[in-house]
Amino acid sequence: MEIVNFAHGEFLMLAMYVAFFAWALGHLDPLLALPLAVLALAALGWATYHGLIRWVLGGPMLAQIFATFGLAVFLRAGAQFLWGVDFRVVQDPWLGGRVALGPVFVGLPQLAASVAALVAFLGLWRFLARSETGVALQATAQDRQAAALMGVDTDRMYALGWALGAGCVGAAGALLAMYFYVFPDVGGTFALLAYVTVALGGFGNVPATLAAGVVVGLVEVFAGLLLAPAIKYAVVFLLYLAIVLWRPQGLFGRW
Amino acid sequence: MRALLEVRDLDVLLGDYQVLWGARLAVAPGEIVALLGPNGAGKSTLLNTVSGLLRPRAGAITLDGAPITGLPAHRIVGRGVGHVLERRRLFPYLTVRQNVWLGAYHPGARAGREAQFERVARLFPVVTARGAQLAHTLSGGEQQMVALARGLMARPRLLMIDEPFLGLAPRVVAELAEAIRAINREGVTILFIEQNVELALSLAGRGYVLESGRSVLDGTAEALRRSPGVRRIFLGG
Repeated sequence: MEIVNFAHGEFLMLAMYVAFFAWALGHLDPLLALPLAVLALAALGWATYHGLIRWVLGGPMLAQIFATFGLAVFLRAGAQFLWGVDFRVVQDPWLGGRVALGPVFVGLPQLAASVAALVAFLGLWRFLARSETGVALQATAQDRQAAALMGVDTDRMYALGWALGAGCVGAAGALLAMYFYVFPDVGGTFALLAYVTVALGGFGNVPATLAAGVVVGLVEVFAGLLLAPAIKYAVVFLLYLAIVLWRPQGLFGRW
Repeated sequence: MRALLEVRDLDVLLGDYQVLWGARLAVAPGEIVALLGPNGAGKSTLLNTVSGLLRPRAGAITLDGAPITGLPAHRIVGRGVGHVLERRRLFPYLTVRQNVWLGAYHPGARAGREAQFERVARLFPVVTARGAQLAHTLSGGEQQMVALARGLMARPRLLMIDEPFLGLAPRVVAELAEAIRAINREGVTILFIEQNVELALSLAGRGYVLESGRSVLDGTAEALRRSPGVRRIFLGG
């Protein structure tokens, strides 16, 4: 759909706050708050499309960039204003500790998050490839006018795309809140990593993004282990620079 | 003559630039009508306005007497107007089968989708022969066949085709013209754009000529072929 949501990290931050407050106020474990975060963020994505994106879609590229970038600044500042800059932590989530997979120790929440990511990926992929609506969504992304001529309400498809994307980040935020502290700027690093991952895989290519996610994760861990933890992100972003310079369409290309 | 499609006094702007100035045409059920005119005359703009991709500033578009002016594109296809865009515009990264299947997306075409798919595949065997391939891997002629098949899936009463012969080899042009005649024989009214007057009038029974956004001439293929106006516009003579 040729538009990048620069507020994706802030969406993640909001999802983490949903999980945190569900725990702090409602004594709900993040795992139970997950559906709540998915629904809340999907609604936010839908509202963002209708309230902001559709008004700048026909405009110049810069207007589109500034619109979501401005939304990011607004959400970050809003979170700071409402909830302060303190780091907040969900204490004693159901899933804690770690398990040994052969010689490797993996945190149980992290393991649960990977499994959930895999499930979300499979669901999204099947939806896009198999369902009537999923194919219509792809068609809209590939050629909006031609899709409209098939009888596809492309405005609804865009809104659905935003709701889906934000809903996925809602799940990610709830899972992340199990093992990562929550604060207004938490989205920054994760959003950057998400852009690196998507660019690495190729925009619009769902399975390639999964593969790229694994690559980014491995690079991050091994750079931290073999070089120094302090520069692990530098190595990831170097990889990103290399991709942008030599293979701007991503490792696997579009679709 | 009761018109299936009637366009009256259509003014259309693209941004600040007015492309159509009171354009008009009428197409009767069962006809094949050519829309002629030099580059930039506004032919595509006219079709895009009929199918709802563009909104006119003034004028009226009626289908079977009912106004469709200003309806969104995804609703107009449900009224029985199919539109095959210039340069086929298949969904490049969907399979041929998915492309054609999407042609019957609107609610009115969902029932009987399979039967329609089989009819369309008989007319355009490429649809099944290349069904699993991604659309962008097909040749231009094959893509045009798939685009027509996709357009027919909605079971339109009127099929508008924008430059179906653009960039095709002569042998493919003949094959495609025959396919369009076959579609018409099955009861689908055709309105198509073509720059080559000779080719257009060999297929169409009647034609309209647009020049600089105005409807300047119309008549039977025979009359247009002999018309000095057509010679002037197309040959500059």
